[in-house]
Amino acid sequence: MDFSLNSEQILLKDTVTRFLGAHSPFESLAAARAEPFGWRSGVWQGMVELGLAGLPFAEDDGGFGGGPEEVMIVMEALGAAQPPEPYLTTAILGGTILKSASESARAGLIGQIAEGTLRLAVAWQEAATRWSADEITASAEPSGSGFLLSGRKAFVLDLAGASHVVIAARLGAGLGLFLAAADRLTGRTTGYATPDGRRAGDIDLGGLWLEADALIVAPDEGGEVLSRALDAAAAALACEAVGAMQAALDLTVEYLKTRKQFGVPIGSFQALQHRAADMFVALEQARSMAMRAIMAQSSLPSEASAREIAAAMVQIIDASRYIGQQAVQLHGGIGMTEEYRLGILFRRLTMIGRLFGDRDHFLDRLVAGPSLLERIEP
Amino acid sequence: MDLRLSAEDLAFRDELRAFLRASLPAPLARRLRTGGKASPEELRAWTRTLADRGWSVPHWPVEWGGTGWSPLRQMIFRDEVQQFPAPEPLSFGASMVGPVIYTFGSQAQKERFLPRIARLDDWWCQGFSEPEAGSDLASLRTRAEPAEGGWRITGQKAWTSLGQHANWIFVLARTDRTAKKQNGISFFLVPMDSPGLKLVPTELIDGSHEVNELFFDDVFVPDENVVGELNKGWDYARFLLSNERTGQARVGLAKARLRRIRELAAAPPDGGPAPLDHPAFQRRLAELEVQALALETTLLRIVASGGGEEGEANPVSSILKLRGSELQQATAELLLDVAGPAALVWPYGPGEGAPLWGADAAPTYFNLRKLSIYGGANEIQRTIVARSILGL
Repeated sequence: MDFSLNSEQILLKDTVTRFLGAHSPFESLAAARAEPFGWRSGVWQGMVELGLAGLPFAEDDGGFGGGPEEVMIVMEALGAAQPPEPYLTTAILGGTILKSASESARAGLIGQIAEGTLRLAVAWQEAATRWSADEITASAEPSGSGFLLSGRKAFVLDLAGASHVVIAARLGAGLGLFLAAADRLTGRTTGYATPDGRRAGDIDLGGLWLEADALIVAPDEGGEVLSRALDAAAAALACEAVGAMQAALDLTVEYLKTRKQFGVPIGSFQALQHRAADMFVALEQARSMAMRAIMAQSSLPSEASAREIAAAMVQIIDASRYIGQQAVQLHGGIGMTEEYRLGILFRRLTMIGRLFGDRDHFLDRLVAGPSLLERIEP
Repeated sequence: MDLRLSAEDLAFRDELRAFLRASLPAPLARRLRTGGKASPEELRAWTRTLADRGWSVPHWPVEWGGTGWSPLRQMIFRDEVQQFPAPEPLSFGASMVGPVIYTFGSQAQKERFLPRIARLDDWWCQGFSEPEAGSDLASLRTRAEPAEGGWRITGQKAWTSLGQHANWIFVLARTDRTAKKQNGISFFLVPMDSPGLKLVPTELIDGSHEVNELFFDDVFVPDENVVGELNKGWDYARFLLSNERTGQARVGLAKARLRRIRELAAAPPDGGPAPLDHPAFQRRLAELEVQALALETTLLRIVASGGGEEGEANPVSSILKLRGSELQQATAELLLDVAGPAALVWPYGPGEGAPLWGADAAPTYFNLRKLSIYGGANEIQRTIVARSILGL
């Protein structure tokens, strides 16, 4: 039983926080969104040089050997600062899929992530899949020496700046995971902004032909690999949410102490004090569940770990909504303005439950299984 | 970071479980599992069984019967007892006045009272709240006047839990009426059979007789029964209440109730449709299980950071009181809903008293409303969080 960070982890936390404070302050985010990809190559390169991109990968594969806890530390810091650089999609979501690719397929690719040259987007969702990989209809069939794909992909996060895209498509009775260089998709994509200051896009796969070695995860394993990657991404997202919630609470408390009405700081009013206290309680309960999700990944079999992550997301999505809403409310009018830094936190906290599943989605997964409580026989 | 228990702690937990299985009388175990209570005699006998094993007051100093267990092991013990469920130690002695006596009491008081608390030879009750002093406890008016060889206490106390079974009471009374309100209070130990002390039961909305009013009319207390320094009683009371708060998470009880709810909902004893087949019910149950895990993990974090230590008024423990009481109340609410129409049977009124399985659901639901009121009302806890943690 241990909830503490070791000295290297504390150093990592300080390093990432300092870097983001210096290179990605709130004031720089609007300009970042106006960049061609919606993020800054300089900041991404800085994150790469700190070793963050290669952090979650084994050293043998060219990574830096970090585990779920290191991911937690990085994601919390990113949550507080909200840089739009494509960390979650490349290092966690796409990266987890690459880890499961055959050795020949992943050879060199993870090293390229660590060097910052490979940036991944994962095209798994479609307009009608609503977070369920079972609903995927895009398909591939053998054609010549490769595969011919058909169908459409939607809500592909960080598609604009990706160098490569992982595409999930039905293949025979299973789900194949293909890797395509972004230039193969030229003319097939439609990009758009997302409410949380990032980018996403849709892909028309119709008639796209890929070589045989583009299939990096075979159809009999694709569903399982994708679902593990989505779980890892959800756990990382839970940690990002904790960082964002902490930042929103800190801003709110600071505002309550400084904003005066009726001649006194509004934080002296009990109605507002109690609201802030409830936000703090919600944050700590959410943090506890995010920590469980992180620890589960290194200590539990994947099915049990998936349940812990689903449980964490139920708590995280609830808390993100509550803390986001209350932070805006307690700020009053200023909380509604684009120029104030709470806005981006509130919008991201709202979108947390849109990326890999909403509260109902994760609750359904819990309901489908046995009790979450370990059983003792009296 | 690692949530797993060490092999040693797992072995410790298994030892506790084996002990509980072997030592708790089967009829009592069955009754507790189905929502019933232990009688005072059963609680006394069980406390002695625990004391013989050396486990009746695990958190106390070893010289007074404690175990020397780490905070984590103490938590595991509480959790196993609550989950089994087995009777919990009577908190008024083991968790309230006991720690005050071994921390602030005289050697004579320690020798006289502590061994008897550890075996429940003395049943203690609490004389803090008054009709006009609830959350604002320091405004209490019960006063103690100097007398030959001691003090004479006059006043009224309220909400004294289980006072009808008690032979001792610890009392806060004002000994200096000129001092600022927190500074003139002292901490007294008073036999319940003292002349001039009268107990009047207060019937509660769950039909139980759990609390009492106490009237002190010139009750004599010898000097030797004043704890620590005169006029320092408020400090001792705060110490006592801060200990009370960490114990109030009581996640084990919530987990035990959630398990019982799942069993009842899967197969209602009367037959009929199973609530667990209903998607809305499944979700409510899963939501509460998530909340139980969150609270348990928060508790573990506080224990692991040393914040569960006695006497440390860690403001984070206010979370445990807040969420612990809310979770318990939510589980009682779900139990009421599982019982359905069976909750219509009221066990206290006239009639043949059909012993239906749902008869404890409504009384439990009513009774547990107390959890967000006592031990520092939840509104007080929110104020503590806002002021001490958030600096508002």
